[in-house]
Amino acid sequence: MTITATTVALDSVVEAGDGALVSVPTGGRLRIVDLHGNQAVDTLFYDAHDIDNRYSAFDTIREQRAVFLTTGSRLISTRLDELAVITDDTCGRHDTVGGACSQESNVIRYGEFTRHQHACRQTFLRYGAVAGIGQRQLAHNINFFMNVPVTSTGGLTFEDGLSAPGKYVEVTASRDLFVLISNCPQVNNPCNGWDPTPIQLLGWW
Amino acid sequence: MNHEMPGSAAWSAPVRAGRTITLTALADGANATVLIVGADRLDRLNIPDTLKSQMSARIKPGMVLMSDRGLALATVVASTLDWHDCLTGALPDRLLLLELTKHGFGEADLHGCINFFSKVAVADDPRASLAYIPGHAHAGDTVTLRADQDLLIFVSTAPHALSDGPAAGVAVQLESPAHVEDPDLREEAVRALRLTRELIA
Repeated sequence: MTITATTVALDSVVEAGDGALVSVPTGGRLRIVDLHGNQAVDTLFYDAHDIDNRYSAFDTIREQRAVFLTTGSRLISTRLDELAVITDDTCGRHDTVGGACSQESNVIRYGEFTRHQHACRQTFLRYGAVAGIGQRQLAHNINFFMNVPVTSTGGLTFEDGLSAPGKYVEVTASRDLFVLISNCPQVNNPCNGWDPTPIQLLGWW
Repeated sequence: MNHEMPGSAAWSAPVRAGRTITLTALADGANATVLIVGADRLDRLNIPDTLKSQMSARIKPGMVLMSDRGLALATVVASTLDWHDCLTGALPDRLLLLELTKHGFGEADLHGCINFFSKVAVADDPRASLAYIPGHAHAGDTVTLRADQDLLIFVSTAPHALSDGPAAGVAVQLESPAHVEDPDLREEAVRALRLTRELIA
């Protein structure tokens, strides 16, 4: 008889505006739960053994011939390796074109008054440092639960989310990964319903 | 300076602030994959920031190419095409990587690029499906960028990753005009240009 033991390896809450660096082994499943709804979760993936082999938004979009991510989407690296696969999704679609907010991009988009508001790229740099992830390694991320319609006329907007309390997305690691997460603090557009809220991380491996 | 790149080649050059760089398709179906690094050699083109600040999913005339740290790198001052792909990246390209290495950069610096002269159409379906449009560019099509700070520009003429057509050459012309007027720009782009001029240009 074969017994396959899968234990809950991770169960934690990431507060609004905070972040996390999670090591997920090959085959591990990481679930991100939008506890209160309409919360953007900015996420980057790196090969844990070589961080230059990292998630590539535009290679992922090209290889699946579609802009939005959902169940079945293979998350592709800059070397065209499969880093992970989205294996469950109760939200429906996720963005990977809109990037992460930064203090500097907030100034461009909303004005000088946002210069010192906390932003995702601050969180990425803070939590990524221990893994050697610095400015050059900050690639273009996934925004789980975020709604960024892209249209046939070449338009792009940030809209109210499609998510709701309790919706979740789950990825299964295709190799050993670092998953770098910023629970987005943005308050200047509807990506967090104007009110950033906590998320839950659940892991099985 | 005028340089004709053959197809499937890579090339790079410094471009001083205020100069223009004009790319010209030398054959139908040309593609010019472009990466840009800013004056401090760390700041670089950020496609998501460029798109979201100007509410566009394509590169077209009248857009400022934004850096990772919220500055203007270059302005698209003119083009015979109103759609240049920036959503589908480029295949790993040994020649482009070598070109980066010449300047002290490496694989970590391969961020989102623009595929000038290429169009990948977006469908209004639930997943925003994509389809490469063959023959979008014709011989003689051009795009002109004005450097808004001192830049390093990297160009690859490898065919677009979704194209099954042959590689085509692209001419690169660098000029030093006395002044290049800003095209009509969104407020966000004007803000990026103003900040850049105040800080470093």
